[in-house]
Amino acid sequence: MNAEAIITFARVESDWRLVGRIEDIPRQGARCVKTGEMTVAVFRTSDDRVFAMEDRCPHKAGPLSQGIVHAGCVTCPLHNWVISLENGRAQGADEGATRTFPVKVEDGSVYLKL
Amino acid sequence: MSKQKLVIIGNGMAPGRMLEHLFEATEAFDVTIFNAEPRVNYDRIMLSPVLSGEKSFDDIVIHDDAWYAEHGITLHKGEKIVHVDRAARRVRSEGGIEAPYDKLVFATGSTPFIIPVPGHQLKGVCAYRDLADVDQMKAAATQGGRAVVIGGGLLGLEAAAGLRAQGMDVTVLHLMPTLMERQLDPAAGYLLEKELAGRGIEIRCKANTKAIHGEGRVEAVELEDGTMLEASLVVMAVGIRPNVALAQCCGLEVGRGIMVGADMVTSDPDILSVGECAEVDGMVYGLVAPLYQMARVAAATLSGGQGAFRHNETPTKLKVTGVNLYSVGEFGEDPALEDIVLRDARRGTYKRIILRDNRVVGAVLYGDVADGAWYNEFLKSGESVEDMRETLIFGQAHQGGVAADPLAAIANLGDDAEICGCNGICKGQIAQAITSKGLTSLGEVRAHTKASASCGTCTNLVEGVIALTLGDAFEKKVEGMCACTDLGHGDVRILIRSKGLKSIPAVMQELEWKTPEGCAKCRPALNYYLVSEWPGEYIDDQQSRFINERVHANIQKDGTYSVVPRMFGGLTTPDELRAIADVADRYQIPTVKVTGGQRIDLLGVRKEDLIPVWKDLNEAGMISGAAYAKGLRTVKTCVGTDWCRFGTQDSTGLGVKLEKYLWGSWSPAKLKLAVTGCPRNCAEATCKDIGVICVDSGYQIVYGGAAGLHIQGTTELGLVKTEEECIRTIGALTQYYRETGFYLERIYKWADRLGYDHIRAVVFDDRQQRNAYADRFEHSQTFAQVDPWAERVQGAEAHEFKPMADLTLEAAE
Repeated sequence: MNAEAIITFARVESDWRLVGRIEDIPRQGARCVKTGEMTVAVFRTSDDRVFAMEDRCPHKAGPLSQGIVHAGCVTCPLHNWVISLENGRAQGADEGATRTFPVKVEDGSVYLKL
Repeated sequence: MSKQKLVIIGNGMAPGRMLEHLFEATEAFDVTIFNAEPRVNYDRIMLSPVLSGEKSFDDIVIHDDAWYAEHGITLHKGEKIVHVDRAARRVRSEGGIEAPYDKLVFATGSTPFIIPVPGHQLKGVCAYRDLADVDQMKAAATQGGRAVVIGGGLLGLEAAAGLRAQGMDVTVLHLMPTLMERQLDPAAGYLLEKELAGRGIEIRCKANTKAIHGEGRVEAVELEDGTMLEASLVVMAVGIRPNVALAQCCGLEVGRGIMVGADMVTSDPDILSVGECAEVDGMVYGLVAPLYQMARVAAATLSGGQGAFRHNETPTKLKVTGVNLYSVGEFGEDPALEDIVLRDARRGTYKRIILRDNRVVGAVLYGDVADGAWYNEFLKSGESVEDMRETLIFGQAHQGGVAADPLAAIANLGDDAEICGCNGICKGQIAQAITSKGLTSLGEVRAHTKASASCGTCTNLVEGVIALTLGDAFEKKVEGMCACTDLGHGDVRILIRSKGLKSIPAVMQELEWKTPEGCAKCRPALNYYLVSEWPGEYIDDQQSRFINERVHANIQKDGTYSVVPRMFGGLTTPDELRAIADVADRYQIPTVKVTGGQRIDLLGVRKEDLIPVWKDLNEAGMISGAAYAKGLRTVKTCVGTDWCRFGTQDSTGLGVKLEKYLWGSWSPAKLKLAVTGCPRNCAEATCKDIGVICVDSGYQIVYGGAAGLHIQGTTELGLVKTEEECIRTIGALTQYYRETGFYLERIYKWADRLGYDHIRAVVFDDRQQRNAYADRFEHSQTFAQVDPWAERVQGAEAHEFKPMADLTLEAAE
């Protein structure tokens, strides 16, 4: 499948948006997707699971995509809040949550539903 | 049968301990405590760490409110007893509270002695005795200025070190010719004086205070010889006087203290006394060990048991981080005394054992104090050491070819060897408590036996006893790096080396990490340890670096970045400045600022502009200034002999050379240097991690300064003659720090932990080691000196700098 074909497919299924290939995201890392109204961070864990959430820490809006990823969580680079990748909730004693979005990988392509 | 009424006057450590023993033995008492201080019982001997900022008040509380409630104790805080009616057996407080007693305990403690020189009542003059004093000292420290501590004894020196740690200039005035003359002989006193002077504490011995001057508040201290010392705080630590006034008023027998028998009972059979106010067999005490012994005896007496107080020599230790000294027993000039002395000037160690008829009667140790407890055991047992006289001074590890296993030394101690001097706990008691109560951890042993629960210096010994008693069942609990492991930073570094672990997953697997992939605390630390341990072999794990080190720029609070190009030694050129100006214009960089490290900071750069900005700066000949790195930051300089009429050497040139030598290296925490051309110190070298002060005779290397949250001056490493030697020595020092520092531990904390004397011995005095460390540093640099900007301009890590997808563009199509 070439890239042209995917984009066509993405336009048909307007719910799911193609955002790139899984290998574009480093393991234990994240990449950003700009949507116009916000930036979404797409994370890839060491076991190749993919998660997406708004790139904005519930604490002081730190860019979560820049944090260290570990065991299903990301630590915000600004003040070390730990956010669950699964549900966007702050862990430990901190309270707050970031919006999460459905994301899926098919044949190595990453689709995001906004 | 109704309970007996026990009233206690005073709520210090001695009566607190007495109650603990009493409640273990009996529930026959209803207890009421009157405390003149408005607080619960806290650990007074830990006031020094509170002063230095290493601990908080909450850390040193012994009994919290819940404890009093749990034992049904009525505690009147801030209520001073003013009247004791022995005939009616009642006491009355200043606030009018009355309480009847069956048994009464005087634990009125002592009052610090205030020298009645003119001006002693001025504001800013205090003692060093309770939390109120510490609060006053800390408040004064926030104003800066100079503190004068009167008294160079144990307490005075701890106060001085604490105030220094709080950032004040400190002068200690001591009447006698050497410090701590009651516990240390002149040689050890000299070493201590040298160490403290090296930390920036001025020591004046044979100094007699004549007057304190000031308008309403302390401004200066005048000495007998006419010297005037500016001062914003004066701390008197010249001794204590037992509080006996109340006892005297109600007719109890009083000498220097309240007279008690060996059972702690005063001249009134229903009244006991414990603590610093009590005088037993002609002695009054100020150290915690004998006071706790009194507490034990008094509890036995009250509960109908038997106990007798016996005088013991109490070893002295100074609670100043990084200073190791130990002193016990006598060391006078008696001709019947013989000495065995070992000195190692280079390592700054001094050991002296004092014998009488082949029996140990005293020991003074400075620097290496590991054998203190062993010598003290001989002192207590009175055993003849004739057979081992020749090797005694080398310590327990060198007797009869015993291996240097640290546990072997503890195994060789007898059951009655004292482990915890503060609480008077012997090895046998600890072992017995472990077996009978099934204890398995240091915390439990502390809770049940009190061993190592006071000043904590015997923690290693106590852990040794637990390990010996439990065998393999005991796993030593060091403070773990994070929740992912119980291993401490030091253990992890050693194991990485000894097991040859060369990747983060290998470390986590072999060292049994409790989490699958670590956390944001341990991963960056492990990455650094591996980078430092295996130069050229280990591949840096970008995902384990903080964002700043990953994108080679500092993240700002709005998610933009700051960019700082390197300017070696703070030198720049018109071309470089033009290029910076062009970049600022081209990328609409909102703020351009000169930094404290003599660099130019471009603030507010958008992430996607980073690469083009770097490319333009690279093209103008500049590389990354690493202003984001736990690594070499800047070498600040003054203009030196090139321009300055006072300059003694080419400080700018040396700064440039140093920075060219050091740039690119990673270290446990950031590393900032300065080279100053003369002792006027315009480049502010004496508060840097490492500094060089140029003098006519060469280059004075200093290190361990701090000017952040914590402020402290540097300590001298040594003087070298040539630039070449200066650079290599700094390379060696940096490498030793790189190899043994804990992640995020600044060099001054590292030096406090290892000891300045020790560091000097390794990287300065021992030329062979110095060269070996410098060689290792240079080897590591061959891999480290790569400009990260150029790499990224070439395309490395490209994913970091642009979004994966921009759906706004797609939508607009």
